[in-house]
Amino acid sequence: MKEKINQIISKYNSDRSRLMDILLDIHDEKGYVDKNDVNQLAKSLGISAAEVKETVSFYHFFSDKPRAKYNIYLNNSITACMRDRSSVKEAFEKACGTTFGHVTEDGMFGLYNTSCIGMNDQGPAAIINDIVFTNLTPYRVSKLIEGLKAGNELRSLIYESNGDGNNADPDMHAMVNNNIRKGSILLNKDYKKFDVIESELAKRSPEDVIQMIEDSDLRGRGGAGFPTGMKWRFGRRVEGDHRVIICNADEGEPGTFKDRVMLTEFPDLVFEGMVIAAFATGADIGLVYLRYEYKYMLKYLNRILSEMREKKFLGQNISGIKDFNFDIRIQLGAGAYVCGEESALIESLEGKRGEPRDKPPFPVEKGYLNYPTIVNNVETLASAVRIIKNGAAWYSQFGTKDSTGTKLLSISGDCKFPGIYEVDWGTSIREVIEMCGAEKVQAIQVGGPSGMLIGPRDFDNLSSSDLMKWYKPSGMMVAEKFFDRKLSYSDLPTGGSMIIFNMERDLLRDVVMNFMEFFIEESCGSCSTCRNLPYIMKMKLEKILNGHGVRKDIDDLLSWGKTIKASRCGLGQTAANPILSSIVNFRHIYEQHVQAMADYDNTFDIVKSVEAANKFVGRKTEFHSN
Amino acid sequence: MAKKVIATTSLAGCFGCHMSILDIDERILDLIELVEFNKSPIDDIKTFTKRVDIGIIEGGCCNSENVEVLKYFRDNCDILISLGECAIMGGLPALRNGIPIEECLQEAYLDGPTVKLNTKKILPNDAELPQLLDNVYPCHEVVKIDYFLPGCPPRADLIWDALVALITGSEMDLPYEVVKFD
Amino acid sequence: MNKTIKLKIDGKVIPAEEGQTIVQAAHSNGIYIPTLCNFEGAKPKGCCRMCTIKINNRYMTACTTPAADGMEVENNTAEINDIRKSIIELLFVSGNHFCPSCEKSGNCELQALAYRYEMMVPRFPYTFPQKGVDAKSPKIVKDQNRCISCKRCIKTIEDEQGRKYFAFKDRGYKLEVVIDEEMAKTMTDEIAQLAMDNCPVGSILKKEIGYNEPIGTRKYDKKPIGSEFEV
Repeated sequence: MKEKINQIISKYNSDRSRLMDILLDIHDEKGYVDKNDVNQLAKSLGISAAEVKETVSFYHFFSDKPRAKYNIYLNNSITACMRDRSSVKEAFEKACGTTFGHVTEDGMFGLYNTSCIGMNDQGPAAIINDIVFTNLTPYRVSKLIEGLKAGNELRSLIYESNGDGNNADPDMHAMVNNNIRKGSILLNKDYKKFDVIESELAKRSPEDVIQMIEDSDLRGRGGAGFPTGMKWRFGRRVEGDHRVIICNADEGEPGTFKDRVMLTEFPDLVFEGMVIAAFATGADIGLVYLRYEYKYMLKYLNRILSEMREKKFLGQNISGIKDFNFDIRIQLGAGAYVCGEESALIESLEGKRGEPRDKPPFPVEKGYLNYPTIVNNVETLASAVRIIKNGAAWYSQFGTKDSTGTKLLSISGDCKFPGIYEVDWGTSIREVIEMCGAEKVQAIQVGGPSGMLIGPRDFDNLSSSDLMKWYKPSGMMVAEKFFDRKLSYSDLPTGGSMIIFNMERDLLRDVVMNFMEFFIEESCGSCSTCRNLPYIMKMKLEKILNGHGVRKDIDDLLSWGKTIKASRCGLGQTAANPILSSIVNFRHIYEQHVQAMADYDNTFDIVKSVEAANKFVGRKTEFHSN
Repeated sequence: MAKKVIATTSLAGCFGCHMSILDIDERILDLIELVEFNKSPIDDIKTFTKRVDIGIIEGGCCNSENVEVLKYFRDNCDILISLGECAIMGGLPALRNGIPIEECLQEAYLDGPTVKLNTKKILPNDAELPQLLDNVYPCHEVVKIDYFLPGCPPRADLIWDALVALITGSEMDLPYEVVKFD
Repeated sequence: MNKTIKLKIDGKVIPAEEGQTIVQAAHSNGIYIPTLCNFEGAKPKGCCRMCTIKINNRYMTACTTPAADGMEVENNTAEINDIRKSIIELLFVSGNHFCPSCEKSGNCELQALAYRYEMMVPRFPYTFPQKGVDAKSPKIVKDQNRCISCKRCIKTIEDEQGRKYFAFKDRGYKLEVVIDEEMAKTMTDEIAQLAMDNCPVGSILKKEIGYNEPIGTRKYDKKPIGSEFEV
């Protein structure tokens, strides 16, 4: 094994910044990294073993202990829970003979919980040895485990046929479904692949391309809504030996799965968008950060890239344009929501724990390996291709004045048709509800960050503080009174995740608690605020739900929420939003839980608290009432 | 003006905070002019004989008796003060909070190097003894506490200033040196 | 000499050298901005959020943000001070900080900040997390109960090859700062001393020494933290 690991290290030139790949390869090889491997890595990479472990221990899909032959990662997102995840979980435990968080004695099965895997429209879903199993039921679970015990090959136990569209591609073989419910200008195959690279770029200058993107008013589709053209222009201006285009395909916001569908059906468009961005900004390095949960697409995506290289759409002098050199590498993540934050993503790309960086400097000034780096969302890049092909004016006719074009929505939860909807910006929530066949809606979680109005476009004086203005994310839970609001950057911005809850749902006990657990699990822990406050706020919410709350507890939660806004990144700043936005929009539910007349209560329970010691010393718990 | 009534107690504490009350030196004579003591180890009154204005609590809650006494104080006092680190956050007794109570008892009565003589493996389970809590609790996690005076022990000047302010209703101006956690 | 710029802190105009952070600019002009994870000479990484300030209605960290010409900073305001106080309180309840029994008491920056911001009792409930003490290294003790994950040891304690003695482990509320077992075995007295000195709290202690300064003579017994910067 030592020799094998040396080979892996040499494959990556003992480059510390490729530690993610090295660890991923070792996991492919043996399933985990042990102490000896860590020491060997430390020695070869010239860092301490503690530093290697820092990266290993950060990511959910890395392990320092032997895992099982079959590692079952069952998604615990809220929509899975709403579709009876608990029975599926029990079924796994019963069939495998162990509980979650453990590996069976014979080493056959390991059961793990995992955050949203981008299958909210077909959950509960699990990833087993990198293969996705969707729409799980207790019956399917028992058949699956039975089959594995009988020695059948894992892939042969997929109980539905391959999913629709390219999910059936021989390099993917996934039982995942696209569930495209409504297409418009982006989810539309009425174009010729790579046409822009082939016939448009040579006709234009980088300046033209940036101008077109600016004229289209395209804004970042990840959620923050930063004007894409401005980002490209800024990136082009910053000096650097290299420039980097990163495609952020780490969609981890619970309830978002649009990038999965884009990459399945339109990978050419996404990669073409990267080439256009590289042409416009003068970048030579292209990286796709693909979340580990989508590893099942890796072979397929790499094939598309190879095809592009063969056709000279990647590599040297692309499409005959002299000195236009650019290539794309796909970097796999390893399970960390925070890596969707662009600077954490860059840290991860450099082989480190995904800890967001302080801004300024912004990635566009100092990003991957300190080169100017433009990070764009999958959907943004794909949109850019359509804009260059059809023109800014064509694009601007869709959507509203301040939010042009269309937006992909990932809709899940209580509705008849969960899936992907491409809508014009400006569509109201009420229309979305009707579109997806939702009834008796109590609340909608409109995930994702919120942007601000476009400021004066004074590019020449653009500084870090101008960039800072855009960095203001938040996700919220909206109530009926908001349903007539329109999805747009000026009214209700969204990265595209919409989870619908009907009247039957217990918003606090099920939904808010689930989201808080998510934020606690996924915090990188770097900021004192985001590391500690969500945990403490969840304790307070539990106190309220257990009937020990008083009015002051609600006010405390609101006031404590202010402190978390002082966190470094969007995840931290919004980690208390499930509680805060539900208090703002559903305060009456909190009021129902607290004691109206009391001004003080606690969770101290004397009978419970003496039980353990009394049991140990062999004494009956007795209290005389006086 | 009627004298204010004060009561004090030490729960899971070491009586150091009470010593610090006495440390106000000659000002104790002034204090006697301002207040009368009811239930307190200082005068050895065991039960409340009247409504009390200010109850001073030293120590946190490590057993059922502490809880009972604390509640008794809350019922009989208008204002409760947590005096010292143990009352405020459990203090040194709360060092055991990170360790399961079973392990603590195992070490204290069965395995520890100082309990070799406990050959019959006797454990404290007499019905007369207070029952041990799983954790040491800060007082404000058991009853409502109105004021907190930190220190181990709180400085005498802090105690004096706080009491005078409470009794006379004046503003409290704390010099930097008097608020310390050790 | 770098270009001199001017910025405003709480309405007061101060000069700064281009390239200085807001903390550096403030401290060289008699204005204190509290810090905890910031360490002179090491690259700042806003971990503790103590130096939170407000610029253009946004919270920023003064230790990482470069001073810029015309910048207007809110520092000593009720809102900002309450956030800072709540961060101190958060750190107290998230660890096990038993000041009376801690070797660093009186010289501890977390405790000193609590004094400065007049923390009588944290507003948050104590969590009493289960944390360990690592005393395996020959020279130092790493007490996780007291660690505030400020990264100062991670950033500053390295060997000649730049390998780090300390690193993070895990993430979120399980995050810990751990010591590299192998490197700890050969740690010199000087490095051990430096690690202890650079730790703002009592989480890293050099073995065989402690409580050697009597109460009353320690760093923060008489004067609040930050008073050395203030005019």
